[in-house]
Amino acid sequence: MTVTRREFLVISGAVGAGLALSSLGIDMGPVRAYADDLKKIDKIKTAKQTTTICPYCAVGCGLICSTNTKDKKIINIEGDPDHPINEGALCAKGAGLFQTTSNNPNRLKKVLYRAPGSDKWQEKSWEWAIKEIAKKVKTTRDANFIEKNANGEVVNRVEAIAHIGSAALDNEELWPLQAMMRALGLVYIEHQARI
Amino acid sequence: MTNHWIDLRNSDCILVMGSNAAANHPISMKWVQKAKDNGAKLISVDPRFTQTSARADIYAALRSGSDIAFLGGMIKYIIDNDKYFKDYVVNYTNASFIPVEKYNFDDGLFSGYDPKTRKYDSSFWAIKKDSAGIPERDITLQNPGCVFQLLKKHYSRYTPEKVSEITGTPINDLTKVYETYAATGTKDKAGTIMYAMGWTQHTVGVQNIRTMAIIQLLLGNMGIAGGGVNALRGESNVQGSTDQGLLFHILPGYLRMPTSNLATLEAYNKAITPKTADPMSANWPQNLPKYSVSLLKSFWGDKATIENDFGYGWLPKPDLGRNYSWLNLFDEMYEGKIKGFFAWGQNPACSGANANKVRQALAKLDWLVNVNIFDNETGSFWKGPGMDPKKIKTEVFMLPCAASIEKEGSIANSGRWVQWRYKAVEAPGKAKPDGEILTELMIEIRKLYKKGGKFPDPILNLKWDYTDDHGDFDAHKVAKELNGFFLKDVTIQDKQFKKGDPVPAFGFLQADGSTSCGNWIYCQSYNADGNNMARRKKDDPTGLGLYPQWSWCWPVNRRIIYNRASVDLDGQPWNPARPLLKWVDGKWVGDVPDGPWPPMSDSKNGKYPFIMKPDGLGAIFGPGLADGPFPEHYEPLECPVPANLMSGQFVNPTVKIFKGEMDKHLTCDPRFPFVGTTYRVTEHWQTGIMTRWQPWLVEAAPQMFVELSEELAKLRGINNGDKVKVSTIRGEVDCVAIVTTRFRPFKMGDLTVHQVGMPWCFGWMVPKDGGESANLLTPNVGDPNTMIPESKAFMVNITKA
Repeated sequence: MTVTRREFLVISGAVGAGLALSSLGIDMGPVRAYADDLKKIDKIKTAKQTTTICPYCAVGCGLICSTNTKDKKIINIEGDPDHPINEGALCAKGAGLFQTTSNNPNRLKKVLYRAPGSDKWQEKSWEWAIKEIAKKVKTTRDANFIEKNANGEVVNRVEAIAHIGSAALDNEELWPLQAMMRALGLVYIEHQARI
Repeated sequence: MTNHWIDLRNSDCILVMGSNAAANHPISMKWVQKAKDNGAKLISVDPRFTQTSARADIYAALRSGSDIAFLGGMIKYIIDNDKYFKDYVVNYTNASFIPVEKYNFDDGLFSGYDPKTRKYDSSFWAIKKDSAGIPERDITLQNPGCVFQLLKKHYSRYTPEKVSEITGTPINDLTKVYETYAATGTKDKAGTIMYAMGWTQHTVGVQNIRTMAIIQLLLGNMGIAGGGVNALRGESNVQGSTDQGLLFHILPGYLRMPTSNLATLEAYNKAITPKTADPMSANWPQNLPKYSVSLLKSFWGDKATIENDFGYGWLPKPDLGRNYSWLNLFDEMYEGKIKGFFAWGQNPACSGANANKVRQALAKLDWLVNVNIFDNETGSFWKGPGMDPKKIKTEVFMLPCAASIEKEGSIANSGRWVQWRYKAVEAPGKAKPDGEILTELMIEIRKLYKKGGKFPDPILNLKWDYTDDHGDFDAHKVAKELNGFFLKDVTIQDKQFKKGDPVPAFGFLQADGSTSCGNWIYCQSYNADGNNMARRKKDDPTGLGLYPQWSWCWPVNRRIIYNRASVDLDGQPWNPARPLLKWVDGKWVGDVPDGPWPPMSDSKNGKYPFIMKPDGLGAIFGPGLADGPFPEHYEPLECPVPANLMSGQFVNPTVKIFKGEMDKHLTCDPRFPFVGTTYRVTEHWQTGIMTRWQPWLVEAAPQMFVELSEELAKLRGINNGDKVKVSTIRGEVDCVAIVTTRFRPFKMGDLTVHQVGMPWCFGWMVPKDGGESANLLTPNVGDPNTMIPESKAFMVNITKA
């Protein structure tokens, strides 16, 4: 669901509480900087809202992401009060979902490659990486393809390539992922449910 | 979950065992609290006094790995004290069935065991059938050979004294739990179980759950509001990833993976399709060929024809009887037999049991593709502790992917609700949605195979049209594929459909190639009504919190499965105060019923309630498992006791034991005298790969710790806050000691057993000095049915660092 208007009472409430804490001697510098950023935007006019479901445990709590339509950045994520399971409540992880967004400088943003024997990453392009991986899949698959097993039964499989993952993907990604791996002949296909 | 999160509020007694819901599924407690507000009792059974225990009416401690003894004692209590729900047990379970004469149980072993292969021949546990092929029954339950009497005999050995000596639970606490939970064995009471990895991560993991399933059947708690057997799943879409078949043994929709012995589609369909001679049994799995053919059409599109067996031959065939699961996978990798590896959104260097072996295995690969939103111990294994990058040949591709709020698609929660998520923003930098990455990779691989290569047919014939007009991955296209559509104009059940129309629900799928469906259990999720997963209507006609128009749940939006067991033989709710389903004027009212048939008392068309079982009845006697038709207590592979008090069979006789140089384990060794277990904390998620990069959460939970009792701390001269080393035969981990009354020594007869516990959410990469993964300690031995590792019970030492 995409909503273009919603009052930001919760944000302003949280920021107000945060600034009040600074008078108690707690360093609220980062909060203040965040609050300053928020002041610069006209929240109601510029925010777009999208609903999402928490990516952590499988309770399936609802959240609302507010995005600044000008710079296309997420400015707030909070529990969805309309969601029947969590009714707006979140645990510590869900409440901190903001830090999985691009606001977290630790996010991986580039394709990285580590060569055999190397002690460092090199930045690469997607085009290069996809081509290289495709070549490796083909070379490994073709060199290790098993047409028949010890009993002479036709098996058409590849045991030299394995795949694990992932409960973190969407259903619409998982289905083609398993189809691709099975079309390649993989039988070692596993993921989080096994552990 | 057979039920769902909000339904917890409908319960009269909630047993939380093998889970610490308050810490790991915190919002579930909202509904537990609602139940408590209505007078429900909350019971927490755990080796440690957890956040859940703190909210409980009754807390009972048990030693890790002794759950079957604890619950076996409850079965004995229920039978001895006549607490079972007789009408339910007689009519809705197989308690009245009579196993064949050669079924036997003697000193820890069921009949049919072959010590050489460490496997059972389950024909020894078959059910007797009459000349018409229908199970013989004794509905008086008095026949000494009937399931009920065998059950009674089996658990007669689980006396409170013996159970207490095995579990370390005081008899008073056992009795309190048994009395309170068994009180739900009446028509108007519902009891439920919330369990998680505390039950699955054992060499008896599946049987832990089966013991509880037996209790739920005895008490009439299956299929009712506030009841059920509820697995609290740990990842946001682990339900969905299981549904989509990302496991070696299943295709999407839990269709069995075809094996080497099944050369044709006909042989496969015959093997997967159970038969019944009983007209009262719906035997829903008889429809599986419709789903398998529709799946093959979805895989290969127009290329799948009746002439080519719908492309069945293009699917790879694992060898019959060979297990390709996680522990075997890493064993083969360690042996150098696996050359290329995709670790897609997963961090096995920290999540795999005996993680040192996993990390060494990664170094034997030629190439590794790691897809993640953050750097992690798997993609960067070559610079981890003890690794010399110069000596590691593995090429590594680290691909940055989009986070959940940066793409569109659906995920299935533990209650089977499939909920749609929207894209809020673009992924940062060059990061891309996983769907985009895998689509592009397959397009590139297909380009290469167009020029030739080994067996290119499945690669080139795979239907791969999941991009939009701009060439971008389109989640809606896949969602429609999962739902399924008609491939020609047809009339089914008096309804007309045109080629291309979405299939309304799986009852319309066909085995003749006229329908395509990527996952039969998702059929109805995206049909002519639109994207049902995106629904946000909050109508609640039953008043039970089913919210049938909020998102969509499989199967066919049935919010509580086995719900035909919630009514009596005439279709009237056992508990009129919580009517999940009701037969009114020839129609079912309430939840989506488990099939349209009238109630059982209709002698012509009535059906048994457990429609996925070929016999139609709940399986108290379960001949389908590797390790026996009744659960039996065995000690964990590593345990603190010199013998199994229940039998001469020390550990699960069917467990697979790896015997390589890194597969060490030992039991009753004075060097490792304490029980160890692992768990999670609220602030971190799984290996911590997402949460350890987030300053807010790291501030709250910054480093590795071990919890130990005051008594053990005194014994080892450890103070609260000391740096200590926890070790097993497989590895060691530095921890900060938390000396706490949350752990207490277990008094087991004359024996005092100490237990410690650690979270497994840390790893060497981040935060700095945050500590290592507890999985460096855990053993790589698994349950014989699932091969889930025994991460919850192993033997450790603890010393000051």
